[in-house]
Amino acid sequence: MVLKLEHVTKRFGQFTAVDDLSITIPEKEMFGFLGANGAGKTTTFRMILGLLDSTAGRITWDDQPIDYSTSHLVGYLPEERGLYPKLKVRDQIVYLARLRGMQKSEALIELKSWLERFKITEYENKRVEELSKGNQQKIQFIAAVVHRPKLLILDEPFSGLDPVNVEMLKDAVLSLKQKGATIVFSSHQMHHVEEMCEHLCIMQKGKPVVHGALKEIKREFGKKNLMIHAEFPLDSLKNYPGVVKATPTMEGILLQIEGERVAESILKEIVGNGFIRKFALEEPSLNDIFIEKVGDSYE
Amino acid sequence: MNSFWIILFHTYLNKLKTKSFIITTVITILIVLGLTNINSIIGVFDKNGGKENVAVLDETGQLYEPFKQQLKTINKDIKLTLYKDSEKEAEKAVEKGDVKGVIQLRFNEEKLPEATYKAMSITDSSLFTDLQTALQQVKTMRAASQINLAPAQLQKLYEPVSFEKFALEKNAKTEEELNQARGLVYVLLFIIYFSVIMYANMIAMEVATEKSSRVMEILISSVSPIKQMFAKILGIGLLSLTQLAAFLIVGYYSLTNNMESLKEGFFGVYGFGDIPVGTIIYAVIFFILGYFLYATLAAFLGSLVSRIEDVQQMITPMTLLVVAGFMISMFGLGKPDASFITATSYIPFFTPMIMFLRVGMLTIPAWEAILGIFILVATIVVLAIFGARVYRGGVLMYGKSNSYKDIKKALQLTKNE
Repeated sequence: MVLKLEHVTKRFGQFTAVDDLSITIPEKEMFGFLGANGAGKTTTFRMILGLLDSTAGRITWDDQPIDYSTSHLVGYLPEERGLYPKLKVRDQIVYLARLRGMQKSEALIELKSWLERFKITEYENKRVEELSKGNQQKIQFIAAVVHRPKLLILDEPFSGLDPVNVEMLKDAVLSLKQKGATIVFSSHQMHHVEEMCEHLCIMQKGKPVVHGALKEIKREFGKKNLMIHAEFPLDSLKNYPGVVKATPTMEGILLQIEGERVAESILKEIVGNGFIRKFALEEPSLNDIFIEKVGDSYE
Repeated sequence: MNSFWIILFHTYLNKLKTKSFIITTVITILIVLGLTNINSIIGVFDKNGGKENVAVLDETGQLYEPFKQQLKTINKDIKLTLYKDSEKEAEKAVEKGDVKGVIQLRFNEEKLPEATYKAMSITDSSLFTDLQTALQQVKTMRAASQINLAPAQLQKLYEPVSFEKFALEKNAKTEEELNQARGLVYVLLFIIYFSVIMYANMIAMEVATEKSSRVMEILISSVSPIKQMFAKILGIGLLSLTQLAAFLIVGYYSLTNNMESLKEGFFGVYGFGDIPVGTIIYAVIFFILGYFLYATLAAFLGSLVSRIEDVQQMITPMTLLVVAGFMISMFGLGKPDASFITATSYIPFFTPMIMFLRVGMLTIPAWEAILGIFILVATIVVLAIFGARVYRGGVLMYGKSNSYKDIKKALQLTKNE
């Protein structure tokens, strides 16, 4: 049950939304898509779901193209949230679940357990338009997962939620993963991807800029971050060999260095100059990688 | 259950439960009941059982009897009472409401009758027209006898000219049949016109609502847009048939119950007494085909707008087409064999109404009707294939613009290249 995108390209007239994207998403893993607005994430999702046909390339899941015959195995949370405003939560979820091939009685059981999990059981018979935006979003999430999909596609699942609800939803996503669902999601927030995904893909103007397992990407990136807080000027370190980038902070300096060896020699260099309050060697963040690869930050 | 049927019944049941649908259905049923019981309703408001009392003051003493005789042949419901009292008292009776009016009969210098009619208001024109006609005849008779015309001569003078109409074509409808057909066709045309506009609107709104509330993206990821579009068209179609069936059952039941009283009035003239089955069958065929044609059009137009407010603007050209078809067929009611009508009956967007008009009013060869139906079916198929593609792209498009350029854009979205 591997989801494979092979040389997928989508053009809208002159505009190329997705350009030669090839990725493999292993089963039961979580895969993150990162990218600025217009990078091609939603278009990619729509192609995976078969809502749009790719101009070139092939998308397969378990060596089969995804179409309406497999729609009962796929769950989708669109970026633009949308439910029937006038329909009751219960009717809504049951209808959408039935469209994905679930029996009404099953859907009701599943709905109950989700409502309990999100602590919103009292909304079962409320119309969606009466709910707050955060609660609507939870209902939207339930609509995407109620039929127990094997492949779950979440487009910006955490946007517009308060931190408590983000945690709640994160837990839900992780528990679905443990139950064996393959989950693909996109986010603006790098730390969500960093925390949750084994594999990721950073997209820039339709092209995959970075792609692979998170650990690999970090290791391949090689560079590390070195944070130094000291009571003497550190500006001279800017030109120290092996330092790629230096950013002064309130209490010291943040250096991007080529490897651990550089940190070692820097430490030797500055010891004795005065009191060093902090000397920390850190793994590069996804943001650093993004800035390096894409050229500018969007966070 | 297949997702097609789930959508179909979801659409159907949801619309069936809406307040607006229930209210319009109930109101229309009340109107149907009102129309079919019109005579009883008028009866309730007429205190004297439909009879009008008119007082007569006959100064001559000779005019009352012949006047009464003549009036009887014109309108049995007017009851005349001879008043011996003075004019003043008769007027008082009018004021009190005992009689509707008072008519004073007298002779002029030439010994011919003349009259003054007094009533509280002179709005009831049919009443005094009847009185006047009756008096006119009295006058004619008196004038005739004054110039010594024999009754036979008089009759000759007033005998209507014999004027017969024949249609040379075999099976052509007689004048009477044509009149009958006109009434029925008129009513059925109106039903087709009204339903097509109403239900096409409903479909466009339904699609636009799903799109503007953005639930569409979940829907099309579950079920193919084409399946959705047709499930929706059929669901609303089923709704329209339900509503029409309710009207027809109530109408038919009420009509058969009131047949006796209605036969005399409008319904008799326009031949609702014996409704030709063929016309009804054609009406159903053209209604269903017309519905599918415009519903398909409405569905894909609805898929192009992003906001509900834009729906009306988007489907206005479609509505105008329906209105144009209706206007042409109204013209055709008076002149169904005009070549203009024949030509427009083959234009698919007009066929449901105009071809039906021709079938109902004229005796046209069967192949013409079948050709019309064939053109209609072919157009529906083409429109459905085209519409389904636009729909598929249209539902993914969001933006301010809602012009017909969007059709091109929508088609581009679904293109493989």
